Amino acid sequence: MKTVFERTPTLKDCVTHYCPGCGHGIAHRLVAEVIDELGIRDRTIGIAPVGCAVLAYDYLDVDMVEVAHGRPPAVATGMKRTNPEKIIFSYQGDGDLASIGAAEILHAGHRGEQITVVFINNAVYGMTGGQMAPTTMIDQVTATTPKGRQGADQGYPLQVCELLATLPGTIYIERCSMHDPAHIRKSKKALRHAFELQVDGAQGMSLVEMLSPCPVYWRMPPAKAMEHIEKEMIKVFPLGRLKG
Amino acid sequence: MSERVLMCGNEALAEAAIIAGCDAYFGYPITPQNEVPAYMARRMPEEGRVFVQSESELAAISMVFGASATGKRAMTSSSSPGISLMQEGISYLAGAELPAVVVNVMRGGPGLGNIAPSQADYFQATRGGGHGDYRTIVFGPSSVQELVDCVILAFDLADQYLMPVMVLADGILGQMMEPVVLESKTSRDLPAKDWALTGAKDRDQNIVRSLWLKEGALEAHNNKLQARYEKIQRDEVLCERYETDDAEIVVVAYGVAARIVRGAVAKARAEGIKVGWIRPVTLWPFPSKEINKAADEFRIFLTVEMSNGQMLDDVKLAVAGKAPVAFYGRPGGGVPTVDEILDKIRQLTLEVKTPI
Repeated sequence: MKTVFERTPTLKDCVTHYCPGCGHGIAHRLVAEVIDELGIRDRTIGIAPVGCAVLAYDYLDVDMVEVAHGRPPAVATGMKRTNPEKIIFSYQGDGDLASIGAAEILHAGHRGEQITVVFINNAVYGMTGGQMAPTTMIDQVTATTPKGRQGADQGYPLQVCELLATLPGTIYIERCSMHDPAHIRKSKKALRHAFELQVDGAQGMSLVEMLSPCPVYWRMPPAKAMEHIEKEMIKVFPLGRLKG
Repeated sequence: MSERVLMCGNEALAEAAIIAGCDAYFGYPITPQNEVPAYMARRMPEEGRVFVQSESELAAISMVFGASATGKRAMTSSSSPGISLMQEGISYLAGAELPAVVVNVMRGGPGLGNIAPSQADYFQATRGGGHGDYRTIVFGPSSVQELVDCVILAFDLADQYLMPVMVLADGILGQMMEPVVLESKTSRDLPAKDWALTGAKDRDQNIVRSLWLKEGALEAHNNKLQARYEKIQRDEVLCERYETDDAEIVVVAYGVAARIVRGAVAKARAEGIKVGWIRPVTLWPFPSKEINKAADEFRIFLTVEMSNGQMLDDVKLAVAGKAPVAFYGRPGGGVPTVDEILDKIRQLTLEVKTPI
């Protein structure tokens, strides 16, 4: 029998703890496929955030560390500066990267750290029970915005890519989405480019943001969540290459 | 290598880290330790090693965490308010069993306090400081030479016991110049860092973590840490006694306060007062056994600190009610004078004469 498809080896053969319809499973697979395609597993170190992906090391078969909330870019700095030959990536959610770790991502980008950042934006804090994130949409109901997020009171959705693209130290910034197969393929292409830049020793930070569904805390079925990204989120978080 | 050079404490401790094989230094400016990052910014690149000025102390300790997780020797330094910010990372280092060296050139607090020398971070340093059941090894050197020796030893102890090690200096020790011999006196047989993240080449994945969700797993992890801390308490106490042979009063002090005590004790001796002193070099593990044993010999203890009395608690715990423990201290950047301590010793002589 001819094998036409196989699980990529860096993605472990196990059941994840993610909720049905969650985007992390797709993102993990894309990261694992890129690592295997580039043949860099044996020199890659990953950084798991605090948030839903805190157990990413249970699913990605590379050397990994789990660090304090928001600090992955600083930890990545310590790793890459002392190990320039290694491939260092951080995998962060919107609370980790855009809220508590806003200073760390900004300054890692500002210093032009030669790291790859995988940024999963699902517009909500998942692990703690669905609270407002910096990227939460206007009128989105969360545990801490029971009447829906009101910009004048709680701020507007934070556009991380647009912000980071202004820094001379960032070399590649792209926002992608995982709401349908075509966009998932585009996401993978972007991730591959972000890792390739580091493999090639390019001088600066690369970041790929991926819009990701959270059906449970968006209070909608998985298919509807995908539709929500396509019809609503992309308006606030426009897709495309912002830099590089 | 073994020639004596004149250096200020901050620069000497930085060079000591280089001698100890520190691969990377990460730090954020704060007075009174600014000579450390300035020295490292020049010297580390000369040695082909890493210097990064971080955006905050949170980031500095996280960079240390990152470098350490890959098996490299890493250090940061700061002063009191900055060390408070680092407590997050220090707790994570302790939880993840990662070695690191953290130097605190203490200043007056609480809050922004001032930039005068202080010993008010003793509680924070010796009780763990951050969240969770953990300890850090803490040194309280009292000369520039000892500061150098402690920093070099700190790197070895951190690697041996897989934990953060703190060196407590203060504004005086950091700024003052003394002759110092810059050489390593330690040669420990250290365990291989087979846990380090280096890329999973020809081996299974390594994971560095402090999260243990499975029922009982975190309790077991804590018990493992505690067993290590007990071994450290048995094996790593450093402490010195001076002029205690015939003493009735014994003064306990560490760091710069101990130097002032030395002057006060000399003057008291000249007056015929039978007084000696004990100087803890490791503040954790604290020389509890040594002080408890001393409590069988001496009538009265006096603890002297540049704080409102923090090590005092440990002295009382060690003495365990066997003798009275008096205190003299100056908080908020105040430095006790020789004469102030001498007066306190004279007062205590009256108590010695009175049956307790």
